[in-house]
Amino acid sequence: MSPTDDYLVQVRGLRKSFGENEVLKSIDLTVNRGQVVALIGPSGSGKTTVLRSLNGLEIPDAGVVHFAVQHPVDFSTMPTKKQLLQLRDRSAMVFQHYNLFPHRTVLQNVIEGPVRVQKRSVVDATADATALLERVGLADKRDAYPFELSGGQQQRVGIVRALALKPELLLFDEPTSALDPELVGDVLEVIRELAAEAWTMVLVTHELQFAQHVADHVIFMDGGHVIETGPPSEVLVNPKNERTRQFVHRLLDR
Amino acid sequence: MTEPLWDLITRSLWPIVGGAVTGTIPLALSSFVIGLLIALGIALMRLSKLRLVSGIARVYVSIIRGTPLLVQLFVIFYGLPAMGILVDPWPSAIIAFSLNVGGYAAEVIRAAILSVPKGQWEAAYTIRMSPAQTLNRVILPQAARVSVPPLSNTFISLVKDTSLASLITVTELFRQAQQIAAFSQEFMVLYIEAAVVYWVICLALSSVQSMLEKRLDRYVAH
Repeated sequence: MSPTDDYLVQVRGLRKSFGENEVLKSIDLTVNRGQVVALIGPSGSGKTTVLRSLNGLEIPDAGVVHFAVQHPVDFSTMPTKKQLLQLRDRSAMVFQHYNLFPHRTVLQNVIEGPVRVQKRSVVDATADATALLERVGLADKRDAYPFELSGGQQQRVGIVRALALKPELLLFDEPTSALDPELVGDVLEVIRELAAEAWTMVLVTHELQFAQHVADHVIFMDGGHVIETGPPSEVLVNPKNERTRQFVHRLLDR
Repeated sequence: MTEPLWDLITRSLWPIVGGAVTGTIPLALSSFVIGLLIALGIALMRLSKLRLVSGIARVYVSIIRGTPLLVQLFVIFYGLPAMGILVDPWPSAIIAFSLNVGGYAAEVIRAAILSVPKGQWEAAYTIRMSPAQTLNRVILPQAARVSVPPLSNTFISLVKDTSLASLITVTELFRQAQQIAAFSQEFMVLYIEAAVVYWVICLALSSVQSMLEKRLDRYVAH
């Protein structure tokens, strides 16, 4: 990829070990504006760690995360609080287990960031939140508590909570893998719509068929390395690498 | 002719209840509130990544839990004057009980904070909340629910422990009973009467506890 590309974030030489276990061995990747990038690979391949590094939830041991028009964050020295906040300013995270605040209503979950952190008025934030909840079909659940919702509904609230911050980059960490099969569709539909609206996103997923439809770019990781990258028509349909081929076949044949 | 037993009981009930209202209850309440603040501070210190900070908190908890409350009380009331620091009975009692609650409740609060899933911290951080905001708005409200039963235990113990303050001349429930007993020589009657009043107070506290638990339970799935 040439540097003239309209990139939103570039990652270079990302490394991370947990104790003896080296989970990332020099990862490079680029996400362009408006692009949907799917990170796939077996569990333990490091894809979630890459995603979490983009949001500063994981502090890599080395490597550079560079969001456009911002100073690159070089992890070879411990990042400052300011640098971490800068990273989090650019992206928002959707978690596998939703991680909604159980003691707050749906609306309160969504406006917490805009009101408490971005210092927007409650009226403003509530109007935005209501519109977003309506979009994902949850307007009537505004005042419900998370435990009153199904997993699929909770995850849609999780997505709305991320959207409410108006981030440039959306990060999805296996957003459907904790869901009952019949609830997966609603959540994928929301993600599909966001992709159609040209949101930039990075998606860690095991839903290869979904990735094939929605992603512009697929990155296959294994053992802490990026093994193969390219459009879904190549990586998921005609993988060049043997490991990619095995992985894709195992998941799609099921 | 000694006075009839029933007359003694009714005559002594008001001073004893009065001792509860003006002594035991305010002493327990104020010590508990101050103690909780100390406990929160100690719990956060215990959770600190800085070894020195968590070490100080650990030593504090160890001393409080490893020495008798009565000894702590006497050190403050009878011991400090020897070093030229004179503390009145009431403040002595409040200081001793607060420090004591601080040590015990710190472990409860620390465990409650640790019981909140890591994902809650992460969710708060990704919406860019500061650690202080996260603690106040996300973690502590959830930790509160978990800590109600053990903190209620701490409070109920405290209510009973305030009887020790009678030994440093604080006029509370038990001291009232003792004085009437000494005068009337009816020890059994007066001490059982005192015990019943303590018991009634603790029963009331237990029902407050279950009300509180129900209230905090409303946003938890069953």
